Amino acid sequence: MRIVVLVKQVPSTDTRLAFAPDLTVIRDAGPAGLNTADWYAVDQSLQIAGQQPDAEITAVTMGPAGAVDALRTALVLGARSAVHIRDDALHGSDALATSRVLAAAVDRLGFDLVLCGSATADSGMSAVPAMIAERLRVPALCFADRLEVRDRTVEIHRDDGCGDRRVLAATPPLVVSVTERCGEPPYPRFVTRHDARDKPIQVWTLATLGIDPAEVGLAGSACAVRSATPRRGRRPDCDVLAMGDPASVAVRVADFLAERQFL
Amino acid sequence: MAEVLVLAERSAERNRVRRATCALLTVARRLGTPAAVLGGPVEPASLAALGRFGAATVYSVPAPEMTDHPVSARVEALVQLAGRRPPAAILVASGREGLEIAGRVAVRLDSGILSDVVDVTAGPDGPVAAQSVQHGAYRVESVVVRGTPILAVRTEHITVAPAPVTAVVSPVRMTFPGRVRAVRQVGRDRVEPTELSTAAVVVAGGRGVGSRAGFDLVRRLAAALDGVPAGTHAAAEQGWCPAEMQVDQVGTIVHPSLYLALGVSGSMRHRTGMHGAGTIVAVDSDPQAPIFELADLGAVGDVHRVVPELLAEIERRRSPTPEPEE
Ligand SMILES: Cc1cc2nc3c(=O)[nH]c(=O)nc-3n(C[C@H](O)[C@H](O)[C@H](O)COP(=O)(O)OP(=O)(O)OC[C@H]3O[C@@H](n4cnc5c(N)ncnc54)[C@H](O)[C@@H]3O)c2cc1C
Ligand SMILES: Nc1ncnc2c1ncn2[C@@H]1O[C@H](COP(=O)(O)O)[C@@H](O)[C@H]1O
Repeated sequence: MRIVVLVKQVPSTDTRLAFAPDLTVIRDAGPAGLNTADWYAVDQSLQIAGQQPDAEITAVTMGPAGAVDALRTALVLGARSAVHIRDDALHGSDALATSRVLAAAVDRLGFDLVLCGSATADSGMSAVPAMIAERLRVPALCFADRLEVRDRTVEIHRDDGCGDRRVLAATPPLVVSVTERCGEPPYPRFVTRHDARDKPIQVWTLATLGIDPAEVGLAGSACAVRSATPRRGRRPDCDVLAMGDPASVAVRVADFLAERQFL
Repeated sequence: MAEVLVLAERSAERNRVRRATCALLTVARRLGTPAAVLGGPVEPASLAALGRFGAATVYSVPAPEMTDHPVSARVEALVQLAGRRPPAAILVASGREGLEIAGRVAVRLDSGILSDVVDVTAGPDGPVAAQSVQHGAYRVESVVVRGTPILAVRTEHITVAPAPVTAVVSPVRMTFPGRVRAVRQVGRDRVEPTELSTAAVVVAGGRGVGSRAGFDLVRRLAAALDGVPAGTHAAAEQGWCPAEMQVDQVGTIVHPSLYLALGVSGSMRHRTGMHGAGTIVAVDSDPQAPIFELADLGAVGDVHRVVPELLAEIERRRSPTPEPEE
């Protein structure tokens, strides 16, 4: 079974994102690390490999030079090889462009299973895995809280709110995205750490993938950011602070829970 | 004016048009003439509700695929409708299915997708979307410069307003390619959630619940929401809840879709254990409590008075008697 795990290096969540004059995120300042959900994706690939001795795990990232650290982490955890897609023309790519590049890379590698995180900590669109599946014309099982890979089917448990937990199945080849509820990733053993140094990291460019630079990056993207305004103040996202008598506060909370499909 | 396609949804239990759909219609009106796309047959109540919020047309797609393969069938329906008559925009409510649908439609139409949209205005070259970034630390304004703008809207940020029109039903007959059936629902997992680290919904109590008896409110609300009860180290140290329920880096780190904090001030220690939650709702009597910095909704009030009201409200909403609209 050929497994490709998509991993992204993201700025640390403890600090505010910083934007460059072209309104893209500054990626080479401050601490960064492997996106949390992607840890779980790597871990799931290792669990599958534990049961399927022929499994081969390749970690792939698209990112600037510093993103190689995400690949190193994946190799330390146990991926066998890695591909770094690096090309200055990719700077500023939107989700459409990103999915184009990642789908081309996955296609070039060949795969039975593509494992992704369900969302990233920087932009967190949660759309890239499904977009890659659409491009590859294979099924997507997104937001897996639990993943089971059998001989001919892949099954996920997913939570759609309201206590509604569905079990969905599809036949490989396919794309799966996993949430941070997919078990606790184990700490890598010392041996694997040592081994990782000799594992190969290939660098691919747009030319390797046969993609026209005009189709990606800031110029080739279908979305454009007009402005990014920092919002100061004590509670950035807490737009709503319900106050009043207990009954009306309770109704406000119930409305909110219903809106987000928890009731 | 060009049409704006709005992906409409009804609640599974009562088959009523969701508030999220009314919110999408409200913003769609700023961009063109709203047209709702609805899976299954349209009964009079849904038609009236959609018309009330400005849907001039209701594209009804009665095919069974819309129920059996909700994501892929909606992708096909939106792509086919957009192919017939290019819309000014396609609006989808953000959420697990909505994001997947929006992403796939974007690829099929080679169109830009904007996510986490909290507000929309009409600009000279199409919709201008306000996006909430990094839990609201930034407000970003974006536009789509290629294709049909596809907006995944966080509808809880939209104030719903009616603008009645008479909605006309336009039944859509369509044939689906075989691949819409690639993902099958093979079950529903209603296993009692007990494991804190993998729970979808966590209701946590802190110092503010006041006593072991007060902690019962935490358990009752958790049960009402199909969630797992939890506590801060303060609650555990007081013996109000067992140590296994403690959420922080020495207890359990949780990643639920919903974290409801009751009387939790939000110490750094506690926040380390729960800041990854998808949605955070906090009820606390102190409006200055640090937990409100993390919360998507903050409710200022006494846990002992707000939570019983909330339990009663949830009970009321689940009772079968239909209530009047809005
Ligand atoms: C603040 C902000 C807002 C943005 N808003 C938009 C927007 O509205 N529309 C838009 O089109 N673009 C937007 N972008 C750009 C967009 O986020 C990037 O193009 C990004 O590559 C899309 O991925 P994501 O991180 O959001 O992906 P998600 O869909 O959240 O990622 C899910 C998974 O896909 C995989 N993955 C994603 N990116 C990579 C990668 N580079 N390498 C390897 N694996 C990867 C990982 O497994 C990841 O866990 C935004 C960027 C920022 C910084
Ligand atoms: N030089 C680069 N090579 C490859 N990918 C890049 C490069 N610069 C940015 N990216 C990726 O392009 C996407 C958009 O990032 P940004 O340029 O920060 O807007 C992210 O997935 C980045 O990791």
